[in-house]
Amino acid sequence: MKIPYFPGCSLKTIGEGFEKSAIASAAVLDIELNELPRWVCCGTVSSLTTDDLMHHLAPVRNLIRVQDLEETQLVTLCSVCYSTLKRSNTLVKNDPEKLKTMNQFMYRESDYQCNVKVLHFLELLREIGFDKIKEKIKKPLRGLTLSPYYGCLLVRPKEFGIDDPETPTILQALTKALGADVIDNPYQLKCCGSYHTVDKPNLVADLGYKILTYARNSGADALVLSCPLCAFNLDNRQREIKRQYPDFVEIPILYFTQLMALAFDLDEERLGFDIHYVDPVPLLKEKQLLIDSLPLIKEK
Amino acid sequence: MSKTLKLDSEDAKKFAAKIQERSGEPIDMCFQCGECSSACPVSPEMDLMPSTLVRFTQLGLKDELINAKTIWVCASCFHCVARCPKGIDVAKVAEALRQELLRKKLDYVEVRDLSMEERQEIPQIAIISNLRKFSR
Repeated sequence: MKIPYFPGCSLKTIGEGFEKSAIASAAVLDIELNELPRWVCCGTVSSLTTDDLMHHLAPVRNLIRVQDLEETQLVTLCSVCYSTLKRSNTLVKNDPEKLKTMNQFMYRESDYQCNVKVLHFLELLREIGFDKIKEKIKKPLRGLTLSPYYGCLLVRPKEFGIDDPETPTILQALTKALGADVIDNPYQLKCCGSYHTVDKPNLVADLGYKILTYARNSGADALVLSCPLCAFNLDNRQREIKRQYPDFVEIPILYFTQLMALAFDLDEERLGFDIHYVDPVPLLKEKQLLIDSLPLIKEK
Repeated sequence: MSKTLKLDSEDAKKFAAKIQERSGEPIDMCFQCGECSSACPVSPEMDLMPSTLVRFTQLGLKDELINAKTIWVCASCFHCVARCPKGIDVAKVAEALRQELLRKKLDYVEVRDLSMEERQEIPQIAIISNLRKFSR
């Protein structure tokens, strides 16, 4: 199966390992993720006011690019891109007047016909079936205990989420299928502080402390998630957490696609662990999920 | 400090109607159950609880609302709307209130105020989303 995929800004920078491991894992499942040509930034946050169409233009422009390829689906990996693209798509599908205005504004593009569906990669995996994913496992993640973390935009608001907004199970189902153990973390839906990492890093550290400490105290070895902004706040901001809470014990953060790549026994360079703040390699070696040949991690 | 609120003034009614229209939310449906305030993960930082923000919007208390810290603390995480029995999205109300200031060019965050270290460290996904929320 070939399918266009929208990377967004972070997958080329802080989420490099997310992209590499996703493309490689998808290939194992016979899915070819083809980067959307001429994609533009989704705008990161969807406009929440009724009179602001300007900020829906970029997401719709990306959907027009998909339409121009004569495709009807667009897959995203980043939860933020997923939510922004899906919200704009839903807005224009439900409001022909607004769509007309936007089509007229983007007169150099072909008119958007609202025939593209925005999918998160996790939804695609659910469609394929976790049993099929199980068949491809070469190295089950036995002995690894994980705390799934959804954050906000993957599941909320419910019209745009991929699972139940209060009791999602998709990450648990995937990680269990990969052979890992899963803990229940009541903070799995709590916001990581999102964009406040710019203007209120202390607030982000407070939120991260609760999420990560609960995971650690419940016996989790690592947190698993799907959003590069959550990953920055929960991984890189552990430096600020440690400053605010001296009792804090670091815990690695992993993308669900990195877990898939590990279970499929793919090349180490596709995992992108070298840019993580908290190095997951010692943990994965201890659990015998990585062998010693991995290149040395860069100094922090 | 005591203060007299003019609840029935024409200005208050107009302001309430403007925020209701701009947010697209049925603000008048709120009956103050407080689910949004209990769900909000950043409410400890707020001066007005999310439910109070909605109540003050019903009453059109413009000064109290646009001077509240709350509108700049909301992280748009949508916990409030997930819990609201009336389906009111308080994040949309907060955005409509922020826009009241941002459309008058009163930015809350300015990119030039970020240090070189912050610009190098913080990823673009965070900087763009923050500026989209807190600047014009």
